[in-house]
Amino acid sequence: MGKIVAIVTTNKEKVAGGAPIFVADNREELEKLAFRLEKIMDCAVHDLLNGDLIVVEHE
Amino acid sequence: MKAWEWIFESEYTIGILIGGLFGLGARLAMLQTDYRQYPTYPHGRIIHIALGVIAAGLGAVAVPSLLGKDYTAVTFLTLAAQQFRDVRNMERETLTKIDSMELVPRGATYIEGIAMVFEGRNYLVIFTAFMTSLFSILFGWYWGIAAGIGSLMLAHYFKSGKSISAVADVELVPIRIDGPDLYVGDIYIMNVGLEETRQQIAENGLGLIVKPKNKNSRVTIANIGQRQAMLHDISTVLGVYRDTGEPSLIPLAKLDMKDGRLAVFILPQEKDPDKARKVLMKVPLLESAVRMPTEANVQS
Repeated sequence: MGKIVAIVTTNKEKVAGGAPIFVADNREELEKLAFRLEKIMDCAVHDLLNGDLIVVEHE
Repeated sequence: MKAWEWIFESEYTIGILIGGLFGLGARLAMLQTDYRQYPTYPHGRIIHIALGVIAAGLGAVAVPSLLGKDYTAVTFLTLAAQQFRDVRNMERETLTKIDSMELVPRGATYIEGIAMVFEGRNYLVIFTAFMTSLFSILFGWYWGIAAGIGSLMLAHYFKSGKSISAVADVELVPIRIDGPDLYVGDIYIMNVGLEETRQQIAENGLGLIVKPKNKNSRVTIANIGQRQAMLHDISTVLGVYRDTGEPSLIPLAKLDMKDGRLAVFILPQEKDPDKARKVLMKVPLLESAVRMPTEANVQS
């Protein structure tokens, strides 16, 4: 089972919960943030297609 | 009397000698290091040649001890079995440890398959040495050599298993990226979140579909160990576009649950679709992955 280690979003109101949330102003910033998080955390980024990207640690 | 004529003095010595030589010959013939580079050169090979000599000796010596009515001597064959089970354990342990350091692991089923082969081949060596020694002692050294050659051929027959091409057809299909979703043909593989990763996948990825030929092979290629073996072998031969800390760039094999086709997504260093197809066809069919649902007596 994968584990969500971070959420990167452009819409702060739509997300909440246990994982750290990073808010971006636009799509470009969103991608950059997610990219860095991916490299730092050794995790995979997945797109939920609602403006959120999640950083997931797979086993 | 010439110096070497003592060999013919005892009726058993020549048998043991020929048996031992053929046994060793069988081990050497079955000890091939191919693209998998296993057993490793030179020490991995030395270990197995040494064990082969022991196996050949055991097989060859068993005959005179039986003929000498020394029946309890056969119990040392159980010692041999124990010894070669340990070989299997040793190989399994080593490979499992090495596996955690691979970019694309072999997987437990493949490792078990390799370990099993090492044990099995030692028994083939014992068999070859035993037959050769038996025929030499009973009928003369020339019959021993004939029996040895026969056993070598038998050992050669049992040596190699089947490959994927025996149970399935492989075809090349384009990979498709639809938004964040990655497909091989029409089979969903994974969700890729970053545009940059998607570009890398579009550039370097290759897709293949493995179509099972019948019900039995459908179960076999669905086996997770068999799938991992395919990914490992392709990555060994064609290289892999991957590094640590890049979990998004990962070769994967996913099943179409409706009809049992297997989509194989790979990231080769050398993007040669035809070669990839050939390599996939030649992936060994793992013994432990083979199932025969059609053999069950509930089938009509």
